[in-house]
Amino acid sequence: MKKWQCVVCGFVYDEAVGMPEEGIAAGTKWEDIPEDWNCPDCGVAKSDFEMAEV
Amino acid sequence: MEPVVIVGSGLAGYQSAKEIRRLDSNVPLLLVSMDSGNFYSKPMLSNAFSSGKSPDSLVIKTADQMADELDATIRTDARVDAIFPADHAISTGGEKLRYSKLVLALGADPMRLHADALSVNDLSDYIKFRKALEGKKRIAIIGAGLVGCEFADDLSSSGFEIDVFDIASQPLGRLVTPECGKWMEHAMKRVAWHWGAKISKIEKGSILLEDGSAFQADIVLSAVGLKPRIGLAQDAGMACARGILVNRQLETSAGDVYAIGDCMEVEGQVLPFVMPIMHASKILAQNVLGKRESLVYPAMPVVVKTPSCPAVVSPPKPGSVGAWHTEAGTDGVKSVFLGEDGKMLGFALCGKAVSEKNLLAKELPAVLS
Repeated sequence: MKKWQCVVCGFVYDEAVGMPEEGIAAGTKWEDIPEDWNCPDCGVAKSDFEMAEV
Repeated sequence: MEPVVIVGSGLAGYQSAKEIRRLDSNVPLLLVSMDSGNFYSKPMLSNAFSSGKSPDSLVIKTADQMADELDATIRTDARVDAIFPADHAISTGGEKLRYSKLVLALGADPMRLHADALSVNDLSDYIKFRKALEGKKRIAIIGAGLVGCEFADDLSSSGFEIDVFDIASQPLGRLVTPECGKWMEHAMKRVAWHWGAKISKIEKGSILLEDGSAFQADIVLSAVGLKPRIGLAQDAGMACARGILVNRQLETSAGDVYAIGDCMEVEGQVLPFVMPIMHASKILAQNVLGKRESLVYPAMPVVVKTPSCPAVVSPPKPGSVGAWHTEAGTDGVKSVFLGEDGKMLGFALCGKAVSEKNLLAKELPAVLS
């Protein structure tokens, strides 16, 4: 399981934790997150911005 | 064809460039930056220490990489001296540069109340701050707003002794309820808070309060707020209030000149956060390229980057009529601001309650509809 950080705002997506409140189950890999997903903190689209692996 | 000129290489400048390039692969783009023009994430500055990041590692892309990616010319270390709206030109280092459209993404200056205090407003400030921290232990932070709280949490989690001074009586006094403030204060238990603190003097590592008390610190960090950079626009005769005034099309009072980000004021609001830039850059790009779209802001909760005490705030608009309703538990605090008709107009969430952010944000009215 990896963690990814939004390069614009620093939001960290932890694959192990997922984002259950947004319907993304724990264990969901970054590549499996839908393309229309937006960073919950800053609104950057997944397709807009690479997430940096931390 | 004269280029679209963007002044500023912070998020507002680069995001505008990105959106313009996305819509038009031909229009010439020139970005003028007063610093190195390297792209970094400003929100990460206030939590880099505890996440083990060196200042250098915060550079996501260099100016050259950005120039490549955006197919733009980027002038670094170039301060703009003046804007000549009538000539469609700016000058930098005495050289005149002409533009077809001009985008002002100038940012804001930290307010400086005390000459002897450092402030961190960009990556170069942060590099200096990190140098100053080497071998030091006691840090005083002036201001318990967003930036002050974030640095207090970051540095206290990293072993520094932190004193925070604010004239208010709680953290985030302008954003959250007293209950949320209390919760945050306790959650950041390694921080020594000094409320109602009126500072009379800071010198040689001594902080003197008006009540006569004195505190020692190796470094004093000032985080008392931001002042939009309006000087250039004012000198060029453009309408300014707190920020450079724009209409919903993001046009300033000067033809073909737009403003975005921390320097800009729209309908009485100056919002120095990431989310407004993401929305505004999309509208700005279309309008710079000849459309006439209007800016809309949905509710835009601000996440406070304090890992010891997660918090998210969406304050009601200034002047909103209504009252706060708070549920406080052992694992967090949920405060909602309800208008007279019972509709939610804002919230402040701490601890466990932050998980309700997205659900609650859907009920909030738009900031600009």
